[in-house]
Amino acid sequence: MSSTTAAPAPQDTAPGGLSRGLMILFVLALVLAVALFAGPRFGVVLLIGLGFGLALEGFRFGFTGPWRRMILERDASGLIAQLICIAIVALAAFPLLAANGAELKGAHAPVGLAMIGGAFVFGAAMQVVLGCGSGTLVNAGSGNAVGAVALPFFAIGSFGGAYHLSWWTSLGSLPVVALEGTQGLMITLSGLAAVAGLALLIGVKGSHRLPRRYWGAILVLAGLAILHLMVAGQPWGVVYGLGLWVAKGVVAMGGDLSGSTFWAAPGNAAQVQASLLTDITSLTDLGLIGGAALVAWWRSGLASPVGKLPARAWAAVIIAGLVLGYSSRLAFGCNIGAFFSGIGTGSAHGWVWFIAAFAGSWVGIRLRPMLGLEATR
Amino acid sequence: MIRRNVTLLVALGVAGLLALDHAHSQPLNPYTAPPMLALGSGLAATGGHCAAPPPPVQ
Repeated sequence: MSSTTAAPAPQDTAPGGLSRGLMILFVLALVLAVALFAGPRFGVVLLIGLGFGLALEGFRFGFTGPWRRMILERDASGLIAQLICIAIVALAAFPLLAANGAELKGAHAPVGLAMIGGAFVFGAAMQVVLGCGSGTLVNAGSGNAVGAVALPFFAIGSFGGAYHLSWWTSLGSLPVVALEGTQGLMITLSGLAAVAGLALLIGVKGSHRLPRRYWGAILVLAGLAILHLMVAGQPWGVVYGLGLWVAKGVVAMGGDLSGSTFWAAPGNAAQVQASLLTDITSLTDLGLIGGAALVAWWRSGLASPVGKLPARAWAAVIIAGLVLGYSSRLAFGCNIGAFFSGIGTGSAHGWVWFIAAFAGSWVGIRLRPMLGLEATR
Repeated sequence: MIRRNVTLLVALGVAGLLALDHAHSQPLNPYTAPPMLALGSGLAATGGHCAAPPPPVQ
């Protein structure tokens, strides 16, 4: 069976003006309800999450696709757009963190053996399902069956990775290294410029010309990420929330998490008991799904058919989902928590994550056709 | 199958998750919630994040 065979496409029917107006009111009412019942910060964080989903799906921007195009076609434009976006975030985040260190925290994590291995494996798995942390949520929301199938397994993997995280980290880990202040910002910007220069050097001619939609994505995502830091006190992240969803399910079914150093830690144990509507990453994750669904519905009414895949491809999606979740916890984040927010707030682990995950992506791209997810390369 | 069905299934999953969460979590209390902006609040950020270093093995 061909991996791309699909039923004839029904006519796409974009919703009318009244439907769109009612949908906007419904979404705003949900945000208002969260603000009223959980607290204003949580309403705003949900709104920011919706903004992330709207921007990523609306501008057709992401992290996995541009890396794939860089590796396969040497089209560096998407990667350069990511680097510019991170640079804008860093320009605001470094002074904010320097002046408000007691209220705001960066995405700072230690570099270690499991962290590097986790990032490599994550890079490979994200190319298999063509979705990273944010990408899987956006894909699921916009009606992509691969993303929807991968998402629950991503969450289960994230729970498992967090469960074992302390053990993995004990295998070998350096102290946390975080660049700070003006000097740290200059080093970060120089690093981003150097990677962009290298990408342009390797990339095909014309890679420096970014499509207009990329500029839209850069400005909106950077603005929302800075706002997220100011509102939530922490940078944008994805995978903590997914693991938390499963932890709550385990406890609801009578499970005991006291055997896990991670889930038994006071802060995490308290969050398992508290409502998801008071967890920052859960709210932005839900917003990503909702925002992407909204854009997909707005554009076409979600009437396009779902492509068919062979059974081994679906098995690969399930395994890749589990691997994505587990490895992203070992790596101290996905493309958002480690790469985007890690580098943007000065963490050395963000840079190491980038190198390891990019190398893993090279492997994942070659795995994808073997697993039945596309024609053999 | 069309994409609308997939999105509806995902929405159903999210609704189920929130319902389960509502049934098993401590009740919400907006009066004990943190201020809208962390910046300028004078409170330390305490939310969970994937980059947060784990507790040491006991």
